[in-house]
Amino acid sequence: MASYSTNEFKAGLKIMLDGAPCAIVENEFVKPGKGQAFNRVKVRNLRTGRVVERTFKSGDTVEAADVLELELQYLYSDGEFWHFMDPGSFEQYAASKEAVGEAAQWLTEQEMCQVTLWDGAPLTVSAPSFVTLRITETDPGVRGDTSSGGSKPATLETGAVVRVPLFIEEGELIKVDTRTGEYVGRVKE
Amino acid sequence: MSDATDWGPGAEMATLRWRAQRIARIRAFFAGRGVWEVETPMLSRAGATDPALHGLESEVSVPVPHRRYWHTSPEFAMKRLLAAGSGAIYQLCRVFRDGELGRQHSPEFTLLEWYRPGFDEHDLMDEVAALLAAVLERPIRSQRIAYRDAFRRHADLDPITADPAHCRRCCLDRGLDPVSGATGERDFWLDLLMGHVVGPALGHGEPCFVYDYPASQAALARVRPGPPPVAARFELYLNGVELANGFHELTDPVEQAARFRADLARRRQLGLALPPVDQRLLEAMQAGLPECAGVAVGVDRLLMIAAGADRLEQVLAFPFGRA
Repeated sequence: MASYSTNEFKAGLKIMLDGAPCAIVENEFVKPGKGQAFNRVKVRNLRTGRVVERTFKSGDTVEAADVLELELQYLYSDGEFWHFMDPGSFEQYAASKEAVGEAAQWLTEQEMCQVTLWDGAPLTVSAPSFVTLRITETDPGVRGDTSSGGSKPATLETGAVVRVPLFIEEGELIKVDTRTGEYVGRVKE
Repeated sequence: MSDATDWGPGAEMATLRWRAQRIARIRAFFAGRGVWEVETPMLSRAGATDPALHGLESEVSVPVPHRRYWHTSPEFAMKRLLAAGSGAIYQLCRVFRDGELGRQHSPEFTLLEWYRPGFDEHDLMDEVAALLAAVLERPIRSQRIAYRDAFRRHADLDPITADPAHCRRCCLDRGLDPVSGATGERDFWLDLLMGHVVGPALGHGEPCFVYDYPASQAALARVRPGPPPVAARFELYLNGVELANGFHELTDPVEQAARFRADLARRRQLGLALPPVDQRLLEAMQAGLPECAGVAVGVDRLLMIAAGADRLEQVLAFPFGRA
């Protein structure tokens, strides 16, 4: 089993903490004038995204987390699992609903996603920061309105609902920032 | 790991010139007080026994193959000079401590160490404050607080009477939740609090000396009988950073030998290397180490703060990563 000494701690290192895979965000060496040295570490739980601060006695070792980040192509969902493929090796991975999480509402087939694997299985899936999606349903636009006006809800092909300007119509392609869920602009076909 | 600019210094050239002026100021300070500069070996046959220090070693081939230990401070050799009648002495030198690397730690750093026969630790705190005034070029109004009062004030804990369970709870209440290494010993928890809570709260604006350490943290200081017994040891904090450690020095060779043995027993328990004890120091103490106080100042850290920086590499020509 691979392990790391606290001497190797640095941002980005993946370690196991309380049974969960975590990434080190920040590491600081702390030592009183004489006496025990410590590593004060900020870690992100890779499953929940929560960041906590913990303390290690310097020189101790901690189990490494077998975590890998891959660019995978989204294939399809069977309702229970979301299936991805490594376009290089053609290896396929099935991600659970928990692993896909919020990303599910932005995924269309063939889309490339960043997938974090833990012990070979998808742990989290990140949608691309920007996606282009077709509007399947929205109220008709108000004639004469401009982009500075109000907004209305629009349902996208993936089922996600975003707020769009009033002049946007059903069937149009729009660009969305998946990090905020906000409309970015129209996409010309 | 390295890029095209890696060969250049870590600090600004102007900062390095400024550093040189400050070092000259330190030498002038001691020259003006009749404290003379000495140089002692960096490679010794004996190593540091302090369980919290990790020394570096080298194999030497002359006159016969043997192992030498890089000094973690020039303390033992300087005490041999004191025992030989040197009088007040100081040294500016590089020292080596493995396992210490961070914004304010480097395995190799510049230490200023000096010894004053006839001083006790409070006399020496006065002189450290005067040195700070000379280096920082401003009047210093330093504060002093007993270790016990510093913990009462900044951690709401009496470090002398609290049991280890209470100290542990005090840490957990402050989000100090050690993943590893926790022991049932009070000093483990006190070190955790000193490093993360109490120390960082000290010396903002004006430097702050912490004195009268728990007897269990005496290191090489004499212990004054209680109750409670306290170590005649002090540390200096400025902007929450520990800058210096001083002692009213232990002069009793029997007690010194006992502390070496206790250190080695502790190291064995922790699975650490067991370096040879400095027999020549013990012999010097038997011959007679004068009553004195001594202090070691982290020069890189002091200059870091004087320069308004918060990373050692901002005041070093070549930080550890570029060495």
